[in-house]
Amino acid sequence: MSDWNEQEAQLIEWLSDMDEDNAFELAKRMLLEEHVDPLRVLELCRSAMDIVGQRFESGDYFLPELVLAGEMLDNIGAIAKPLIKTAPGEESKKLGKVLIGTVHGDLHDIGKNIVTFMLDINGFDVKDIGIDVPVKDFIAAINDYQPDVVALSGFLTLAFESMKETITAITAAGMRDKLKIMIGGGQIDETVRAYTGADAFGVNAVEAVTLSKNWMGAAA
Amino acid sequence: MDGGRGVSESNITESVNPNQAAFDKRQQRIMDCVALKTPDRMPVAMFATFWLAKYGNITCKELMYNYEGTKEIATRAVLEFEPDGVSPGLAGIAMGNALEAIDFKQLQWPGHGVDDNQPFQYLDREYMKAEEYDDFLFDPTGYYLQKYLPRVAGVFEGFEDLPSFPGLHYVRLVTGIRSFAKPSVRQAFERVVKAAEEVDRMINHNIEWNENIARLGYPLINGSSSVSPYDFVADYFRGATGMMKDLFRHKDKLLQLLDKATTFLLKQTITAAKAAGHQIVMIPIHWAPDAFMSGKQFETFWWPPFRKMMMGMIDAGLTPMPLWEADCSKRLEIIKDVPPGKCIYWFERTDMVKAFEVLGDVVALRGNLSPSLMTTGQPAEVDAAVKHLVDNVFNKGGKLILDCAFGLPDETPVENVRAMFDAARKYAG
Repeated sequence: MSDWNEQEAQLIEWLSDMDEDNAFELAKRMLLEEHVDPLRVLELCRSAMDIVGQRFESGDYFLPELVLAGEMLDNIGAIAKPLIKTAPGEESKKLGKVLIGTVHGDLHDIGKNIVTFMLDINGFDVKDIGIDVPVKDFIAAINDYQPDVVALSGFLTLAFESMKETITAITAAGMRDKLKIMIGGGQIDETVRAYTGADAFGVNAVEAVTLSKNWMGAAA
Repeated sequence: MDGGRGVSESNITESVNPNQAAFDKRQQRIMDCVALKTPDRMPVAMFATFWLAKYGNITCKELMYNYEGTKEIATRAVLEFEPDGVSPGLAGIAMGNALEAIDFKQLQWPGHGVDDNQPFQYLDREYMKAEEYDDFLFDPTGYYLQKYLPRVAGVFEGFEDLPSFPGLHYVRLVTGIRSFAKPSVRQAFERVVKAAEEVDRMINHNIEWNENIARLGYPLINGSSSVSPYDFVADYFRGATGMMKDLFRHKDKLLQLLDKATTFLLKQTITAAKAAGHQIVMIPIHWAPDAFMSGKQFETFWWPPFRKMMMGMIDAGLTPMPLWEADCSKRLEIIKDVPPGKCIYWFERTDMVKAFEVLGDVVALRGNLSPSLMTTGQPAEVDAAVKHLVDNVFNKGGKLILDCAFGLPDETPVENVRAMFDAARKYAG
């Protein structure tokens, strides 16, 4: 933490305080004029997002801050990423792989997108397979991607049955002991978790991160 | 529209209603709750939308397209369960023909994006761009005609070629209407008229159904619905993420728009309630929950315009019935700031006992059996959940109108609905 210089600390502060204009200008200057290592800038962004996540958990921040944080990160990433001189195998090690999608019959994606973003900035490889995902597509994607965690999203009450069908099929395909399943969405509670047979449910994006980290044996 | 009486008068045709006494008794229960008086028994409300497809053993698509079939099933459900207040759901369900006629783009419904046995779903999009605040603020009607309407429904495509009306004058007014001769505008008007004819049919079916259940002795619990200013902008214009970003990026303009929307939404709400002849107005609330914004954001953006709107409704003799979706526990102390005996607060996931403790002497309460219980639980569990609400809210003086968290979930087994109504009568009836 103490290895940030004044400018880096400033960027982290502006990002974590939702000062979008100042943060973006500074990041742009660092990247394009001062030629700071883009990986370093992205690391600072991640540190800022840690603070955002902590403030969300402590009840100081809410969904609007997560959404704006995602937007700030996207905008800075759009400048930083093309500047990265990639060397094979140099990519940072990920905590694990999460496959996420909204179950069949349900077209909602806001919650799923926020969970995807939070998992991503917390060090997970996340594959988002979209909305209204048929059971067979989940099975095919699991076969293909070999995730550690499968996250099923759904907003409508019809999602209860869709989640149950999806989880039953994952179990029937013999994949269950290689992965953990978490569910989330507006109506999800312990009753639904028990009904669907999921390993856990979460009420917000930070809980999704905590569950995944715990399952990967990483410090939450 | 003082008291519930105005409702019965306008709902019933002039012929004598043999079930008027039963109608009055049921309605009185609801109005007693509103007035914070103890009713003769705990009223139970019925808000059934796509659950009717399950109940009638038809598809969601049939429910949306078959006016007569849907009316018959909805009537059957009312007669079986004998609710004290019925939501006027028909126009909100059997609207497949109307949606097609208007070429509506904000919903996907059976045959139009979802399967025949799935409910319609709203498409959250940016229907208004962030840079359009000034246009909307300057001239809401012009913005609707030329930008918003063509985006949300196909029949309005062509309206973007209409002239800009403010400024037309004298001979410029004469020449200014030339655009109406354009093929695009002409076609739009022809399509709008056809769509309006279908909407007229739909609403007439709705009125007929409302009158029929009134004759059978069952009052509506509300006659019209409305929206909070914040949700109006968030849901139908800026979209969820657009709105959340606007809280930081376009704060001042958003506040101006909320203020302006409060004025026109209030006007429209009063007009619609008067046309429906019913003082209770249902207002589904989407963006107030604890998790969706901070207390400070809530008290800056969400609550002041909505409170102003509710006060305007109350001044006009209306009874606002917001349905506070998700968990609004942290908002209770704030939303308590309304005159006592004027509102029904319907809660979805907020703990009803807590809501009663904070709001019991200010508003009537409605709700809130959980969707997971109703859809996956057993009748005995539903019975126990009703008993819990009776013991801890109604029997302690809470003016509770029993219902599910947001009406009957579509997948609820019929025996769980029976258990809900039976338990209400067993423990509080």
